[in-house]
Amino acid sequence: MSNDLVLDINDLDVQYYTDAGIVYANNKINLELKAGERLGLVGESGSGKSTLALAILGMIKPPGGIAGGEILLNGRDITKLTEEETRQVRGREISMIPQGAMNSLNPVMRIKDQIIDSMIDHELGLSKAEMLEMAGDALQAVELDRKVGSMYPHELSGGMKQRACIAIAIAMKPKVIIADEPTSALDVVTQRQVMQTIRHIQEEMGAAVILIGHDMGLMAQFVDRLAVMYAGQMSEVAPKQEAFRSPMHPYTQMLIESLPKLATKGVFHGIPGITPLLRDLPPGCVFSPRCPQAFGPCRETTPRFLEHRPNQWVACHLYENESEKARA
Amino acid sequence: MRYSWSFVIKRFGLLLLIIWSGATLNFFIPKMTPRNPLREKLLQEASRSGYIPPGFEEMVQAYEAKFGLDRPLWQQYISYMNDMLHGDLGFSISNYPKTVWELILEGLPWTVGLLLSTTLVAFLLGSLLGAFMAWPKASNLFRYVLPSLLIFGAVPAYVIALTLIYFVAFRWKILPIGGGYGIGMFPGMNIGFIMDVLKHSLLPALALVLAGTGGWAIGMRGMLVTIQGEDYMTFGEAKGLKDWRLFYRYAVRNALLPQVTGLALALSFIVSGSVLVELVMGYPGIGTLLARSISQLDYFMIYGIVFVIITGIAITMFIMDLVYPFLDPRISYEG
Amino acid sequence: MERLQSNLRYLRRNTSLAIGLGILLVLILFTITGYMIIDPKLDPYPLAGPASSPPTLSYCPRSDPECEKTEPKAYIFGTDAQGRDLYGVAVAGTWMTVQIGLMAGLIGLGVGVFLGFTSAFYGGWYDLVVRWAVDVMLTVPGLLLLVVIASSLGEQKITVTGMGLIIASISWRGPARVIRSQVLSMREQSYVMMARLNGMSGMGIIFREMMPNLLPYLGASLVGAVTAAIFASMGLAALGLGPLREPTLGVTIYWVINQSAFLRGLWWWGAVPIGIVALIFVMLFLISIGLDEVANPRVRRAE
Repeated sequence: MSNDLVLDINDLDVQYYTDAGIVYANNKINLELKAGERLGLVGESGSGKSTLALAILGMIKPPGGIAGGEILLNGRDITKLTEEETRQVRGREISMIPQGAMNSLNPVMRIKDQIIDSMIDHELGLSKAEMLEMAGDALQAVELDRKVGSMYPHELSGGMKQRACIAIAIAMKPKVIIADEPTSALDVVTQRQVMQTIRHIQEEMGAAVILIGHDMGLMAQFVDRLAVMYAGQMSEVAPKQEAFRSPMHPYTQMLIESLPKLATKGVFHGIPGITPLLRDLPPGCVFSPRCPQAFGPCRETTPRFLEHRPNQWVACHLYENESEKARA
Repeated sequence: MRYSWSFVIKRFGLLLLIIWSGATLNFFIPKMTPRNPLREKLLQEASRSGYIPPGFEEMVQAYEAKFGLDRPLWQQYISYMNDMLHGDLGFSISNYPKTVWELILEGLPWTVGLLLSTTLVAFLLGSLLGAFMAWPKASNLFRYVLPSLLIFGAVPAYVIALTLIYFVAFRWKILPIGGGYGIGMFPGMNIGFIMDVLKHSLLPALALVLAGTGGWAIGMRGMLVTIQGEDYMTFGEAKGLKDWRLFYRYAVRNALLPQVTGLALALSFIVSGSVLVELVMGYPGIGTLLARSISQLDYFMIYGIVFVIITGIAITMFIMDLVYPFLDPRISYEG
Repeated sequence: MERLQSNLRYLRRNTSLAIGLGILLVLILFTITGYMIIDPKLDPYPLAGPASSPPTLSYCPRSDPECEKTEPKAYIFGTDAQGRDLYGVAVAGTWMTVQIGLMAGLIGLGVGVFLGFTSAFYGGWYDLVVRWAVDVMLTVPGLLLLVVIASSLGEQKITVTGMGLIIASISWRGPARVIRSQVLSMREQSYVMMARLNGMSGMGIIFREMMPNLLPYLGASLVGAVTAAIFASMGLAALGLGPLREPTLGVTIYWVINQSAFLRGLWWWGAVPIGIVALIFVMLFLISIGLDEVANPRVRRAE
């Protein structure tokens, strides 16, 4: 794993302007992705993780927009690109594996045509035969027979469809792959197969993967680092071991706590309260209304997202004093 | 082979069923009124002009022998169906000794030509316009200006035709008022005649296209709005596809099947509309023939024309059914 | 009161429905005030006034030079070649045409809903027969069926009510099909299953669970049926099979065609019925688009 950052997100703000008010979908998001690493992005529904994925892909549509911050892809700020340049980046340098493969494939086109049509639109300068060859390679890489290329989506099973989507996503060997809950629509056995496929090609290609989801078990098996989002903000980013063994943010702690363990059978811990509406955020730390460790400053000022321990970044007042003390 | 024989046979069976139903309705509805159109006409002609075409009297007697009230109904029905199968639609009462079929054949090419061309144009134009109207990246001309022109689709075609006649033909004298070709023109395969026919067909065609396009556009627009929410559109965009490809190969292509299905369903309305336009413009097709037959109370013509139209529509729908699998690979007609 | 206010606010966003209903209001007012002004037994019929007079605010026959001072009559829509006062025709004709449309539309809706509902709900042989009937009936052009029926009635004069009934005999096709497919898809949905599990009776399920969800489709079907009925009535009239003695809009257009009104320069004779008919269809069209938006919120523009 090299140390250069393939993706560097700084203070990203994404907002939606609706009749009912401004929705702060992403607030001051800071995230780093190294080449070839596997990052897990977890959060409840409404935490803003899908919005973040769309923002990276440049697919935020009106009435939403990027209101501030930058997303650097190998040093280049992709939020400032033109429509056409953004389109070129999509599929080629950053690609996406969709959530519901059931409907993500165009029903009236053959699989191989759906793999090469984005190649054609990216003007790679290859002949049709070469592109078809690459498409066949992509299918093989996801452990599908090359013949699948001549089939239509409705002739494939759920797992095969998901793999076909993966083949499409990796055909041009992108540097970043965003997998938005790629296995939630599948049964457990297929889930495992698909995740293995993703891991396999990712290692071969050296691409970085952002795995979005809320299945902590899956995360534990797959990712190197874990990023936790809550109510549109990044609350914690830590290497896997530390995230599971010594989480810093109270939200992460409660998330890990709530995972059913064999030892405490029958006892379920949840997190009391509900996530706030993204257009009606509480003052100060967004988690403060539900946080059992909240104190004074929590309800007044938003905590900053800082590296309070080596490689562990948290936005929480509990540590602000410590670090300041440590610095002083 | 995209379909199995059993499917083709089933659809063909449906086709026959429709034709049979049409013929049966045609037989029974008039029977509900205890009248004898031929004898009436005979008496009418006799009292009016005293002139009865040769052979008419004999024909009336032959007809009464076959369909008279003295024969049991089911026997009449069998003779009727038998005639139908042989293509014998009877004689035209007002144009004796011409047969119904003869007269229909004279008008058929005109009607089919008009219908085919205007339906295709209206369908394709309307669908394309409707698609543009729903696409966010299309120019504002399509999204805001054109929708107001769709209002034309609400008004019946023959009303539009009347208005067009008044302004274009009468007031501004650009195009001829009616008819299929000018007086003094001889039908033939020469350029002069063809140009004349085209000139005369322009107004009816224009009325039909104006009236039809609106409906297709609205349908397509609705279809596209739904499709844009589909996952494959999002994924297509995430792949970095060019806008036109997303529009044509992903969106429009998937909207085609429902639209074509809609076309099959709308066939009967299209035919009705065209019949009236022909009438208004004196276009020498089946529509004018029908109107004349009604005013002359030429019952055999009326029933014959209705039957032929029903059959034509049923055949067209059958052909369209065979076309569907080529539009959408999901449709496989096995069994 | 609150309900009314929120409905009015909704109308502001749904322009088509608003304009459509606006036109409806205008037409209703036009008809009501019209009936107070004209003499419905006299004006819309031949010889009510001078023949072929263009729209004028003060008409005086040349035979009566004194009239200027005493009784000039206004024919704001002019008169036709047989002396009908076209304003009277407009008022009476609009109402008659709408009558036909409503009668056929309502009967058609009623029969169609009943058939569609029951056949989808109970299935089996009954469903097969109904489905076959509707499919065949929909393939056959309605106008032609009506032509066969109407012409078979022969010399009997067709009245306005008669027209309505004749058209009603086919106007149930569309609603039957739409309602049937809707009920079919609703039947399998969870809330119906829940109601069944809870032991609700068949009728109970129909009225309390399904009806409310069907309302938008019922509304759209009604508008559609009325539109089709008016279409059909005008088509029949244009072919000469309408109530020829009555001044319905369709029959008026028939006379316009038949008497070559345009070729004689009597443009106002055609303009009056065509204008009103166009208005009616545009109104129905806008209302149906508006109802579409109510039923399918995805079509609403997200602004």
